[in-house]
Amino acid sequence: MSANNTFMGYRRENGRVGVRNYVAILPLDDISNAACEAVANNIQGTMALPHAYGRLQFGEDLDLHFRTMIGTGSNPNVAACVVIGIEPVWTQQVVEGIAATGKPVAGFAIEKNGDITTIAEASRKAKEFVHWATERQREECDISDLWVSTKCGESDTTSGIGSNPTVGNMYDKLIPKGICGVFGETSELTGAEHLCAKRAASPEVGEKFMKTFQAYQDEVIEAHKTTDLSDSQPTKGNIEGGLSTIEEKAFGNLEKIGKNVSFIDVLGPAEEPAKGPGLYFMDSSSAAAECVTLMAAGGFVVHAFPTGQGNIIGNPILPVVKITANPRTMRTMSEHIDVDVTGILTRELTMDQAGDKLIDMIVKTSNGRMTAAEALGHKEFVMTKLYRSA
Amino acid sequence: MAIPQLLVHDKSDNVGVVVVEDLHAGTEMLCVVTEDNSDFRLVAEQDVPIGHKIALSDLAPDDTVVKYGEDIGRIVEAVTMGGHVHVHNLKTKRW
Repeated sequence: MSANNTFMGYRRENGRVGVRNYVAILPLDDISNAACEAVANNIQGTMALPHAYGRLQFGEDLDLHFRTMIGTGSNPNVAACVVIGIEPVWTQQVVEGIAATGKPVAGFAIEKNGDITTIAEASRKAKEFVHWATERQREECDISDLWVSTKCGESDTTSGIGSNPTVGNMYDKLIPKGICGVFGETSELTGAEHLCAKRAASPEVGEKFMKTFQAYQDEVIEAHKTTDLSDSQPTKGNIEGGLSTIEEKAFGNLEKIGKNVSFIDVLGPAEEPAKGPGLYFMDSSSAAAECVTLMAAGGFVVHAFPTGQGNIIGNPILPVVKITANPRTMRTMSEHIDVDVTGILTRELTMDQAGDKLIDMIVKTSNGRMTAAEALGHKEFVMTKLYRSA
Repeated sequence: MAIPQLLVHDKSDNVGVVVVEDLHAGTEMLCVVTEDNSDFRLVAEQDVPIGHKIALSDLAPDDTVVKYGEDIGRIVEAVTMGGHVHVHNLKTKRW
């Protein structure tokens, strides 16, 4: 068992701990992307988070939009945040949501000002935030302050044998130390949903999971599928890698939650855990960028991403640690991989050793080591949209 | 310990996964069950790519394919022991 009981993080105003120290320039809506990118261009040390939505959404879809915006700005990896929107009311709503964490945040509306004035004013505030953020220091934090999310991608059969159970081994070791964990991918549990429900901490939580799973099947899959989903689940990459059916993919997927821990609650998309330390399930799409963006908005600060065929995803605010057990992927695209567990296939690396190797990399990443995805500039920020806008 | 060519998750599985590149027809594979580290030998009938599955016994249409000790779908075209099992002869029971 590796020591790794502490790491050097940024303790925020609300007590949560971040492993990065970003000044985010967050657009409320698609048409404010240009102003945000201009501010990020003016002021070094800031990062714009452009996205495609935020106009004429309503109901549950609008709630999710706000939750994702506020959650992203509130993430402890963000030191301070500038919000720019077309009009002041919704902009202010996001500002107030983020301000509840106690971190510095300011909002700017473009209407009655135009892009140029807005960019000038927001740039002055962003510069102020950069000076403030760069005065923050890392301090020693207990491992229990880490919130570690997981989602796999471009999976193949080596994921189920090697990289996914490596993540499971990590959770089996770190959840008892008091961290928060989360897994999701509602559609990719199809065929293994009964086993997943059994991993709930109580019958009530298991029931809540089955209800969420069934709603996804009825409202999303059944409502929109043509003949079947075999063209998309498994994906072409999954099939190339040897996965034949959704059930096979689902059992491999479930290896990520280990052998001993049970999940203590079911979260809506982008919802923050509220029941203390432990493992959570988040209702989410299985598309990598969407799922990781939702987990970042839920407050997670490091992500463990096992891959078989080599998914290259990153996220702007959440460092994504990649793990593979596939020797061909390691040979052909090693620049994307942080943790090589190919030794599991050759029986030269035990699952226990693989789990420790991942924990080492999670701690190094939390201390500031850039992940492969960060070094390669992967910043996929993708909002989940539930239905068409008004 | 020698490096295996095929890994099997569970004792009750009727398929295993090729874990080496360039596996050729006729190779007598070392097969290891990860659950208990037991091993056996099996001859590969075809060239099978890394990550793809091989049948551990003869399988007939409508037989259930078992991996992780669980039902992962049904056979739609007969396959013999040592043969390649994939989307051409294995189909989901879900959609």
